[in-house]
Amino acid sequence: MTTQETAHTQHRDYTGAKLGMWFFLFTEILLFGGMFLLYAVYRVKFAADFHEAGKEMNLLLGAANTVILLTSSLTMVLAISAIKQGQRTRSIAFQSATILLGLVFLANKYFEWTGHIQHGLYPSAPELLARGNGTTLFYGLYYVMTGIHGLHVVIGVGMIGFVLVLTLRKTVTSADYVKLENTGLFWHLVDIIWIYLFPLFYLIA
Amino acid sequence: MENNFYHTKGKFPGILGWLFTTDHKRIGLLYLGATLSFFFVGVMLGLTMRLELIRSGMHIISAQTYNALFTLHGVVMVFLFVIPGIPASLGNFILPLQIGARDVAFPKINLLSWWLFMAGAACAVTSLFTGSGPPDTGWTFYIPYSIRTTTNVSLAVFGVFLIGFSSTLTGMNFLTTIHRMRAPGMTWKRMPLFTWSVYATAWIQLLATPVLAITLTLIILERYLGVGFFDPAKGGDPILFEHMFWIYSHPAVYIMILPAMGAVTDIIPVFTRRNIFGYTAIAASSLAIAFVGYLVWGHHMFTSGMSDTARIIFSLLTFIVAVPSGVKVFNWIASMYKGSIRLDAPFLYVLGFIFLFSIGGLTGLMIGALSTNLHVHGTYFIVAHFHYVIFGGAVFGFFAALHYWYPKITGRMYEEHLAKLAFAVLFIGFNMLYFSMFIAGWEGMPRRYYDYLPRFNTPNLISTIGSWVLAMGLVILFYNLIHSLLSGEESGNNPWEAATLEWQTTSPPLTENFETIPEVTKGPYQYR
Repeated sequence: MTTQETAHTQHRDYTGAKLGMWFFLFTEILLFGGMFLLYAVYRVKFAADFHEAGKEMNLLLGAANTVILLTSSLTMVLAISAIKQGQRTRSIAFQSATILLGLVFLANKYFEWTGHIQHGLYPSAPELLARGNGTTLFYGLYYVMTGIHGLHVVIGVGMIGFVLVLTLRKTVTSADYVKLENTGLFWHLVDIIWIYLFPLFYLIA
Repeated sequence: MENNFYHTKGKFPGILGWLFTTDHKRIGLLYLGATLSFFFVGVMLGLTMRLELIRSGMHIISAQTYNALFTLHGVVMVFLFVIPGIPASLGNFILPLQIGARDVAFPKINLLSWWLFMAGAACAVTSLFTGSGPPDTGWTFYIPYSIRTTTNVSLAVFGVFLIGFSSTLTGMNFLTTIHRMRAPGMTWKRMPLFTWSVYATAWIQLLATPVLAITLTLIILERYLGVGFFDPAKGGDPILFEHMFWIYSHPAVYIMILPAMGAVTDIIPVFTRRNIFGYTAIAASSLAIAFVGYLVWGHHMFTSGMSDTARIIFSLLTFIVAVPSGVKVFNWIASMYKGSIRLDAPFLYVLGFIFLFSIGGLTGLMIGALSTNLHVHGTYFIVAHFHYVIFGGAVFGFFAALHYWYPKITGRMYEEHLAKLAFAVLFIGFNMLYFSMFIAGWEGMPRRYYDYLPRFNTPNLISTIGSWVLAMGLVILFYNLIHSLLSGEESGNNPWEAATLEWQTTSPPLTENFETIPEVTKGPYQYR
């Protein structure tokens, strides 16, 4: 039986499902790529301002978030490994842990943002504009890039919640776990984007 | 006739069986109905613009209304008609049939794509009526005006964002379908060239659209939050917006033209009873156009203040991207040599396509040259150029494909004499409407102006009359297709005696496309 016959008769194509997800991830790279392009242009133009503004980022929270996301990618992989071995309860536990870590990430982001906003450093704020163009654009990029990234964390948490329910309902099993794997792929992308954001905003000081 | 996909007994009754369908054929028709409706709206907008421009100094609308009209004409035609155009409607319907599959790789995502398209269209239409009225920025939304205008830019732009998301998902779907679901024996080199063109188009839909998505998002953020990326007062650069906008919008024009070229390539062998000349070259040229098309966006910005070096490079690349299109034109002509020609409507539209697209393409080379561009940028010469390639090219190709696949979709034949008449009227009206624009533009008439100097009166009068002739042609064309739905002759499965797989099943197709999945042993165009 060829793979294509299987795809036709059983309406299930593991390789095809993964391929579709990889294509979609490629589009996300392009989406964030546009923002990284903006960052590159303005970093070159306002190098000194970016360096100074980088010092005001909360390195502790940023580093913590990096560790949190890396760990959540680990728990995601362990969740997939568990379901492959038929260990449903373990997979559910690891998926839950991933969601929890994602929520902690978002909480940290909330504290960071409110911290900056309370200091009057948000788009169009007079205090920010008074600091000059380079700093204004640095913070603009900071909010837009971590904001759109944060939106993807929210989406990712939602996706993991969805496959968690499917795992509970035994729709996702050791025989058919591609939905969990594809969710994992999306989560890893969210993680990798953060790995690029972290040095560009927190480590350039 | 009853055992076809129109009569599938699905989960949902009546119209819900269409709105919630995951059948690629039904989704294709949903797109077809929607896009043709938007085409009609765009035509009305265009006719109104031409009426305003019938004579220097005479007005039927205000300048503000005119600005809104040309913005909407662009947004509706580009985002709601031509870009979804062939891929979403005919691509959805024909692609799985052509490769011997039962559906696309992700049928539910296909339905989601259509819902996103309709949601985006709803946003765009709503922006006409709420708040301070329809956008007046031009479909290109250039900064700073798109930030400062109080008109409904954010809602319109968000609608386009949703349509873009729809397009991206369709691209992903088609790529996976073509990679994974070809019938046994259908190697890459046995795929029809329409499939090849849909494949190349899907790559552009996949990778170019996200850049539009972020660009549009940044407009909305700028309007609401004043982030400053494109605002010089805050250190930003408005030209950077133009770069980001055109990095999508140039590849977008290849989304528009490649599937039309693919349909043309499929039609020629059937109506000349010959194998296509240069199969590999045509397939490769589709990929080449898709790839090089990403590199030429700067030719929309030659007068924006870019460096000479940048402009020279973009100009050179623009000349290079014309080469694969030229390869196609030569191969199409060569395919007709010593053919047994059947001059029916699909083939007439193909001939019209080749002629009109060639004019558009050659004028494209003229304006790709820096020296000429400086004089004609922002004039009607540009307007004429892109209408020749998009309308004369992509849309005539679409009309060819509509007539060619009409019996496959409906099980009936359209009326041939009426179709030929429609083509003749359309062709004459088209050239009156747009060739006069080349003249006006060359003489210096600027675009996006609601009035002009009296010396441009003659070409404008001819152009407006041409628009009426064109409209008549469209009326005849669509009257024919709609009337034939009800009273056309039954076509049989394969009225054209074509060799590609979609013709080896019933017209209209069965719900599951084929009784048994065919095994492919030869190429798609073996007639002689």
